[in-house]
Amino acid sequence: MNSENTKRGGWSWWYLLFVVQFVAVLWPPFYNSIEPRWIGIPFFYWYQMLWVVISAVTTAVIYLVTSE
Amino acid sequence: MQDVNWIALSIFVLLFGLITWLGFAAARWRKGDLDLLHEWGLGGRRFGTVVTWFLVGGDVYTAYTFIAVPALAFGAGAVAFFAVPYTIVIYPFLFLVFPRLWNVCRKHGYITSGDFVRGRFGNRWLALAIAVTGIVATMPYIALQLVGIQVVVGALGISGTGLAADLPLIIAFMVLAAFTYSSGLRAPASIAIVKDILIYITAFTAIIVIPIELGGFAKIFAAVPPQKLLLAVPGPNTTGAYGSYATLALGSALALFLYPHCLTGILSASSSHAIRRNAAMLPGYSFMLGLLALFGFFAIAAGVANLPEYAGGFKQFGNNFAVPALLLHSFPSWFVGIAFSAIGIGALVPAAIMSIAAANLYTRNIHREFINKNPSNQQESQMAKWASLIVKFGALVFILFVPTQYAIQLQLLGGIWIIQTLPSVMLGVYTRWFNDWALLLGWAAGIFAGTAMAVAVNLKPAYPLALGGYTFPGYIAVYTVILNLVVVTVLTPVLNALSARRMPVDQTAAADYFA
Repeated sequence: MNSENTKRGGWSWWYLLFVVQFVAVLWPPFYNSIEPRWIGIPFFYWYQMLWVVISAVTTAVIYLVTSE
Repeated sequence: MQDVNWIALSIFVLLFGLITWLGFAAARWRKGDLDLLHEWGLGGRRFGTVVTWFLVGGDVYTAYTFIAVPALAFGAGAVAFFAVPYTIVIYPFLFLVFPRLWNVCRKHGYITSGDFVRGRFGNRWLALAIAVTGIVATMPYIALQLVGIQVVVGALGISGTGLAADLPLIIAFMVLAAFTYSSGLRAPASIAIVKDILIYITAFTAIIVIPIELGGFAKIFAAVPPQKLLLAVPGPNTTGAYGSYATLALGSALALFLYPHCLTGILSASSSHAIRRNAAMLPGYSFMLGLLALFGFFAIAAGVANLPEYAGGFKQFGNNFAVPALLLHSFPSWFVGIAFSAIGIGALVPAAIMSIAAANLYTRNIHREFINKNPSNQQESQMAKWASLIVKFGALVFILFVPTQYAIQLQLLGGIWIIQTLPSVMLGVYTRWFNDWALLLGWAAGIFAGTAMAVAVNLKPAYPLALGGYTFPGYIAVYTVILNLVVVTVLTPVLNALSARRMPVDQTAAADYFA
């Protein structure tokens, strides 16, 4: 929408934030465990669900800062 | 099989009637000339952020997903949760790659990935390969949506023999075919809104009510056999279940937006900003999908598999009956009616988009390229309408006369095939470096190797790749798209050097990829 973004070829260093969620969810040794549980839900499940929320927020932040 | 559930059935029929009316009325929504292919097949590219959210949501999170993911959790356990990292990893690609694709498609009037590849690389045979891959990968996907309808209709207690048993499916199919023909993409877009409201109501009610009924999450997870709760820890010299889990998530994510129906959903957005906003909003569905995966465990804890009233359903539909049985077991009939409608309507939305997407591919990249080179606008959109009917009819015949297992296996192969279009489409958005014939040969290598590997492991997604004493079980799509890229990269300079011909003209300019 703005000309500045176009001139920069559309790249922004903010995009590197996406790497974090890739590593966090594509490396099962990080989260393949039962403990710590949360309201009775094993870590394996709530950890990945939590990353859905974190990734959505990250993407929203990246959207806002890159489309200013 | 249990008796007919009349209350649930009435609500089901009522809601189906509502969306049938909506499907036909949709032709007048944001009215356009439906004799133009981009109006019929892309809704005139007029859908804003919110409608795109519903439409792409209906595309990605299909009825079959809602049945099959919990069924996998019910049967196999933790591995079913790969759907969650999968739907997390998709969105950076959606955010980065697809707004560029949207811009260039809009600029040049491209409606399909084949159109884009044809314009970018100037090779109609490569475009043909992209189109055929898309159509072939989509057909079994449509068939699986019809399985979703079959399961809920069966769970409503409707059974019979011969043609009578298939009658509800045939009726649903005819309704689907008729409103897709008359309204194009506007029909699934409007129905998706109703469907998603029903799905969200069902999912959030169930995630609160069922754990209370079952005595809390701690009790539910205690009922699940321990070996199902986590991925198996890999032994020495292998990446084991970790490798297959991660590559399944990554490969599925890379393949997803290459599917014609997903691309159709994206290209129908009104701006590239609508697509970026959706990359942040669509995880709302991923969260729900994660909750739904847990339904598989709820079904284990509720013990529905051992209740005599559901024995017939499990016998007929296998683990796919887990969610319907759980809903029947946990809720009053009227709510079951709403939930089952959500699943049934949830099948119609993606099935409609898939048939439209396949029809667009046929019309643009096969019919127009090879059969009738100068159609009028009206002829072109008429061709697409007929093609959408044929595609759906093919899927119906498939599901009625071929065992469901084949549709599942073909859909699995479809994922391995469609990812082979990645270099031409996703990388093509960034670079014109590749030689067009090298892309075609890389595609062929990927398709051939992928099919051979899948056959070698009896049509399972993961192949145990052995390298120097180590074993890396992983999703075949990931391994073969790497092979594809190697072939393309090696052959590009070779073919450029060997060939005296001039490179085909690139219709697109660098500026076309930006808003």
